[in-house]
Formats: sequence, structure tokens, C-alpha cells
Amino acid sequence: MLRKFFTFSWVLPLAIILGLVTATSAPAHADEFSDAVQALNAKSKKQIGQAIDALVATGDERAVPVLEALLNGKLFYRKADKQVFFAEKSGKVYVLTDPVTGKEAGEATRKEAKKIGINNKLRGQLKGVLGAMTLMSPDSAKRMKAADEVFKANSPGMLPMLEKALKREDDADVRDRMTRARAAIVLEYGTDTQARIEAAKVLGDFTDPDVSALLSKVAANADDDAVKAMAQDMQVSVENRLATWAFVGNLFQGVSLGSVLLLAAVGLAITFGVMGVINMAHGEMVMLGAYTTFVVQEIFRNNFPGAFDWSLAVAVPMAFLVTGLVGIAIERGIIRWLYGRPLETLLATWGLSLILQQLIRSIFGPTNQEVGNPSWMSGAIETSTGLVLTYNRIWIIVFSLAVLVMLALIARKTMFGLQMRAVTQNRSMASSMGIRSGWVDALTFGLGSGIAGMAGVALSQIDNVSPNLGQTYIIDSFMVVVFGGVGNLWGTLVGAFSLGIVNKFLEPYAGAVLAKILVLVGIILFIQKRPRGLFALKGRAVES
Amino acid sequence: MTHQPMILRILHDRVAAAVLGILVLAAFLVPVLNLMVPETSPFHVPSYVVTLLGKYLTYALLALSVDLVWGYCGILSLGHGAFFALGGYAMGMYMMRQIGDRGVYGDPTLPDFMVFLDWKELPWYWYGFDNFGFAMLMVMLVPGVLAFVFGWFAFRSRVTGVYLSIITQAMTYALLLAFFRNDMGFGGNNGLTDFKDILGFDIQSDGMRATLFFLSAMAVVGGYLVCRFIVDSRLGRVIIAIRDSESRARFLGYRVEYYRLFVFTVSAVLAGIAGALYVPQVGIINPSEFAPANSIEIVIWVALGGRGTLVGPIIGALVVNYAKTYFTGALPEIWLFMLGGLFILTTLFLPKGIVGTESIVAAFEARRLQLAKWLRPYDYADKEAGQ
Repeated sequence: MLRKFFTFSWVLPLAIILGLVTATSAPAHADEFSDAVQALNAKSKKQIGQAIDALVATGDERAVPVLEALLNGKLFYRKADKQVFFAEKSGKVYVLTDPVTGKEAGEATRKEAKKIGINNKLRGQLKGVLGAMTLMSPDSAKRMKAADEVFKANSPGMLPMLEKALKREDDADVRDRMTRARAAIVLEYGTDTQARIEAAKVLGDFTDPDVSALLSKVAANADDDAVKAMAQDMQVSVENRLATWAFVGNLFQGVSLGSVLLLAAVGLAITFGVMGVINMAHGEMVMLGAYTTFVVQEIFRNNFPGAFDWSLAVAVPMAFLVTGLVGIAIERGIIRWLYGRPLETLLATWGLSLILQQLIRSIFGPTNQEVGNPSWMSGAIETSTGLVLTYNRIWIIVFSLAVLVMLALIARKTMFGLQMRAVTQNRSMASSMGIRSGWVDALTFGLGSGIAGMAGVALSQIDNVSPNLGQTYIIDSFMVVVFGGVGNLWGTLVGAFSLGIVNKFLEPYAGAVLAKILVLVGIILFIQKRPRGLFALKGRAVES
Repeated sequence: MTHQPMILRILHDRVAAAVLGILVLAAFLVPVLNLMVPETSPFHVPSYVVTLLGKYLTYALLALSVDLVWGYCGILSLGHGAFFALGGYAMGMYMMRQIGDRGVYGDPTLPDFMVFLDWKELPWYWYGFDNFGFAMLMVMLVPGVLAFVFGWFAFRSRVTGVYLSIITQAMTYALLLAFFRNDMGFGGNNGLTDFKDILGFDIQSDGMRATLFFLSAMAVVGGYLVCRFIVDSRLGRVIIAIRDSESRARFLGYRVEYYRLFVFTVSAVLAGIAGALYVPQVGIINPSEFAPANSIEIVIWVALGGRGTLVGPIIGALVVNYAKTYFTGALPEIWLFMLGGLFILTTLFLPKGIVGTESIVAAFEARRLQLAKWLRPYDYADKEAGQ
């Protein structure tokens, strides 16, 4: 099989070189080109493959649309005279265009014209060949894409084309890609030991999982020991660099998960830390924030579709207001009667969470709602190393840190923050100093809930917006708060990021579910060691 | 009070005596009405009702076990569903092994799901579950040991209050995730089902269902007696002291963690037994039983019935679950509003629950007196005249 392929592959470069020679020596003859096009209408797939190469060998510019049409299933032949045409469907008939002259050649019904069928092997060949042909394109982005296509196809037939393109290339990035493609071909199909070793060295400088795969393939199969050894060496070095990048990738994933946890948990940390209230309906505040985003976006879609990118800028304060007011209502209506009875608060807020879930389910239905990404949040930074940083994740990291900073400023620099801290430290002393601790409680609860609502806006960008959204985060956020320690923003920050990062680093080894279980067990054990969390409050407040 | 024999103490507690009396009566009456009364008779109890009532009774036992730790020891466990489910899984494993070669794939030792996953032999932890006695031992031992180990770590380092609630919740959540995994060897997502028989008796048969109902009712009565024995003993007094003032009990020289550990373990064993009775009656056990929401729901049965009363949780579990069955059938949209409202209203307005609230008990007592007067007018005529 392999040998057959090798012998076959020898025909290709010859044909192409011959083709290039003729193409460069004299302008392509119409006849030669039209013959090559006609040859595409062959009986066997193998013959079509040869015809494609022959067509490339003409070096004619008109070959590109023909090959594209073939790839896209738009190349037909007329049954009457077996002539090949472009076919564009128009109603019930096909409009035929002559690929040689570019003129319309009448119409044909479905019975009169037949598509030239191709299979996956030919499709691969076509993509590679088209890639090679666009290597000369004036558009550098197209050239880069073409170079990547050629590298992926890795077929020796493209080498001459590649060499030629490489000579006239002046864009450094594209040159890089082309060098990679060239080295790959030389390494795998070349015969000169020295050249192949050089190629392996060139490839060794790239950090790319595909390069690593190619090198390991060569290291395993090459017939030349020196090449084998060099490929082996280079593969190890590429692997090492890939491992570093994978580490960076994991770190990013971990930080991203950590920022999500931080957003979900920071509001909880306030209510739990300042008021000693376990708010089981916290997850539902997040959910309400996400639904607020949905409603705001619906309004934007219907009324101001042009300003859709700004919908989140409106949704964030809206969500803060809505959930903050709901939070104040909850505190005044339910929680204030239950101070000093944390376990009862837990049960009452759990009941509230059931009601809120069912309410949202009744209003919006149980299915996921579609919340769109604004354009500046979609897409990703992709690098050739396999590392993908999506914009929405990056923005959420930024957003979570901004929320934390804002909260720290409120706590440290405002009158309300001062009163809040006073109530945390000594409630009765604070009230005797004239602080209305009841109102501080209500506002604190409102602030915590409002932040949960803003978290909901962020989570709506990466998660399904459904009535169960809050439930998926509530246990995790409790873990963060318990792990980080109560009443301390630093604790929440460190807790969230360390849980997120540990989780993501365990995942490759243990799988997602087991990683989560391990983290939970780890926290349960950690609580034994430090029952009050990582950053525990000290002093009298602890005993109450 | 402690000097009296337990039977007298219970008789003094009117509500408890009434509930236990009804339970014992039902334990005998319902099977008779189901099996011996012909179906055409208006007194016939259909089999599905027997199973449904049996299921409620296992919930009542579970609520009782939560009341023992929460009502008397102040430990709000949000993970008792895990002990319940573990007991259920132990029972389920026994019944899986009983299927033998009658499964879909006809493998004599491996349960169907293992054949499906292409496992070649039984995992070690499945050994012995073909023996009924061993399985029953495991029903109590597995939840007991887990509670012991978990409690040992938690109570020794003085994790209490909401922290304990949250980590018990984390425990059941971790188990939920673990049992969802196919590699665990407990049937993954689908859990264990398609049970055929227990000790050779078909679990679908009316006789078996009636027996399970009888056993469940008796288990609730037995569970009540065990809990009552514990809370009325000297040890029970210490436990209540710990609930009311942990530091004071510690300074008086009691090893708080050992008392807590004891109560927590006993409670977990009771929950495990409840789970083992539950599974054959519903015919399936799957990881969703570990869901944290389930465990919190148990707490509301206890809170509604009245915590720290032992008899209250039995009433609470029966009432809430009956309401759940009725409303999820009749008005499914409404049920979660009701359940949520129940949580809020109970904690705000009925913090002591039905049994703990004096006006309710007084109303109950007035009704009882009315009934007694109607039944035995002469006894009461004398008394009233005397007053």
C-alpha cells in the first residue's frame, strides 16, 4: 500500500514540474487547458485524480475556479457530448457555463447534465492542490491559509509549487508557515538524509501538536536511522514546549473557572460574612441576573437592534438593581425575623429558592433561553500551539476582578462600608453608636444579592440560561466561601482561584467528574484542619 | 419521668401514644384489608396504596433519624439522603444478585449493566451481597461507617452549625457525582433496577408488598422506641445539654465529640434501614437519591412536624409526602410554590412544628377529650361534677 503510494507520488512532481516548465515557457494554450478540463470527466476516481494533477500542471489561472467547482459539486458534464461545464442551479434547470471561455452555454435539465462525483480522497487532494495554487494569491491572509492547507495535506506533489511561492514570499509570518509545510514534505518524502535532518530541525522550532504528530510518525517509520534519531530529538523538544503551553492553557482554564466561582461566591461571602446569614437562594439571585440579561437583550433586539453590542452595558446595572431590590425585599420580609437562627434562615431561603425557580419556570418556561454574545465578546485568540483563549472567558476574568475591586472600595472607602464593617465586628456596639444596623443589614443583603445578579449577567454569556442555573453554582460557591474563610474578601479571592485552578489541573488526569469529587473531598478534609477556612476572622466575632 | 418504664412514659405523651397506636394498628390492618378483603368490598385497600403508604413510612423513619440528630443534638445534617441512599444501594445490590441468570443477558453472576459495560468479573465490593444476612448487615454498616468516619473528622475538629450543614451537603453532592460514574460499578445514571425477588419471594406479589408495608410500619415504631430510649437515657440528657450549650457541656467534662458521634452514627444507621425498606417498594435506586435537594426536603418534614419531638417528624413526613403525591398529580405547577412556602412559613410562624406548638397540641387534646366524652360519657360526668 505504502509502496504503491510512493511510486504513484513520483509521477506527480514530474508532471507538475513539466507543467510548470511549459506554463512558464509559453502562455497556456487554450487547447491544453480545455483538454485537461475535459479529462476530469473520467470513469474511475483514480483517473479523475490524475486529471486534477494534469490540470494543475497546466499552471493556468482558470484551473482554480474549475477545481473549486469540482470540490463544491458544481462541475457537471453534458450527457449528449460529454462536455464539462460549470452548472448553477436556477429553478428546475441548470445554467451551464463553459469553463474554458467563461461564456454561458445554454441550459440543461436534470436529465441532460450530470454532476462529476468525487470521494473523500479526491476532496483531500483538491483542498491541498487548491491550497498550493492560492499560495501565489496577492492576499497574504489567503496565502497563510493556503500554506496551512498544504501543511495539513502534506503531499509531495506540492513541493515545487511551494518552493516557488517561498522564493517570492516577503511576509515573515506566511514565510514561516510555508517553511513548515516545506519541511514537513521534505522530512516525510525526501530522500536526501542531510536535507531531511535539516527539515526535522526546522520543524523542531515549531510548537504545534500537528508537527509533533508528524515528527513522531517519522521517528517511528523512517527508513533512515539518522533522520529517525533527529526526528525523535525534535519531537521531544516540541513535546516539551507543548507541555508548557498546555500548562498555560490549564492555568487559563483554571483562572477562568476561578473567576466564575469568584463572581458566584463573592455576594455570598458578604451576606454570610457580614450577617452570618446562609442564603440558599443566592443561586437564584444569579439566575435572576441572567434572566434580566435575557429580557434586556430581547428589548434591544426588538427596539434597537443596531445597539445590540451595548446590551450588556445596560444589563449589568439593571441586573444589579433588580436582584438588589429583590434581596432587600427578602431581607425585610423573611430574614430579619430569623436573625440568630442560622439554620432556620437556611431552610427559609431554600424554600424561597424553590419558589423563585418555579416562578421563573412559570413565566419563561423550563427551557434554556437564548442569550447572545455581543460581537466584542465572541471569538477567540487562537495560537498555532493549540492554545485557545476565548474572549468571553477573558472578559469574565476582567469583570470578576473589577467587581472585587469595586466591592473592596465600597467596603473601605464609603460611609456605608464603614458601617457595614462596624456591624460585622460588633453589632450591639455599632447600634449604640447610632448606626441603624437593621438598614445596614438590608443594604448589605441587597449589595450581596446585586452582585450575584451581576454574576448572572456574566454567567449568561458562558452557560445555559435556565431556571436551574443557580443550582449548579450554589454548592460550589458555598465551598469557596467555606474554604476561603468567612467575612474576608481576600479569602474569597484566593479560595475561588485556587479551587478553580486545582480543579482544572486535576481534570486531565482524573476526568471532570472525579476532579470535582476530589476537590470536594479535599475541602471536607481541609475543614477538619481549619474549621474557619483559609483566612479566619479572629476575636470575639468568631464565637457567636 | 425517667424512673417510669418506657411504655408508661410513651402513654403519658398523648400525641406519641396516638401516632404509635395508629401505626401498629395500620401495620396489621392494612395488609389484612389488602389481602383478605375481596376487591369488590369498599374496605379493600388496593395494592398500589399499600406500596405508597409503605414508601411514606420509610420516609417517616428517615425523618425520625434526622430529628434524632437535629432536634436533640443540634446537628443540622443536609446529607442524610446519602445514608438513606447507601442503605438503599446495599439492598439493591442484594436484589441485583438475586436476579441471577434471569437478566436480559442471562449472565449467572454479573448484573446486566456490568455485562453491558463489558466487565468480565464482579468487583470485589459486590462479593457477599448474594447472602441476605450479609446484605442486611451492610445496610446498617455502610451508612454507619461512613457517618462514623465523617463524624469523627467533623466533630473532633469542632465543625458545627452551618459549616457542618454545608459539608454534609458537600458529602452527599460528592457521592451523587461519584455514583453517576459508570466506573463505580453501581449502574451509573440508571442505578439498580429490574428487581425480581427477596429470599425467593416475588417483590411484585401482593403478599410481598403487604409484608414490606408491615415491616416499614414496624420499623418506624421500632425506630421511635430506639430514639426514645436514647433521648430519655442519661446519655440523652447529655446530648440535649450539648445542643443547648456546647461549651458548658464541654467545660463540665463531657467529651462532646463522642456523644455527637454516637448520635450521628445511630441516626445514619436508621436512615440506612429506611433506605433498604424504600428500594424494594419503589423498585429502583439511582444516584438522584443523593441529590442535596432531597436531603433538605427531609429537614422540612422534621421542621413541619416539630423537631425534638420524635413523633412530629413522623407526622410531618406523612403529611408532606401525601401532599406531594396529591399536588404533583393534580396541580404540578403549584407544588414547588407550596413546598417553598412551607419552608418559609414553617420557619417563620411554626418554629416548633405541629407537635411542638402548644395551641395545636391543645386543640388536639380538646378533640380527644370530646371524643372520649362521647365514647364514655359517664366517666367524664363524674369528673366534671367534681370540678
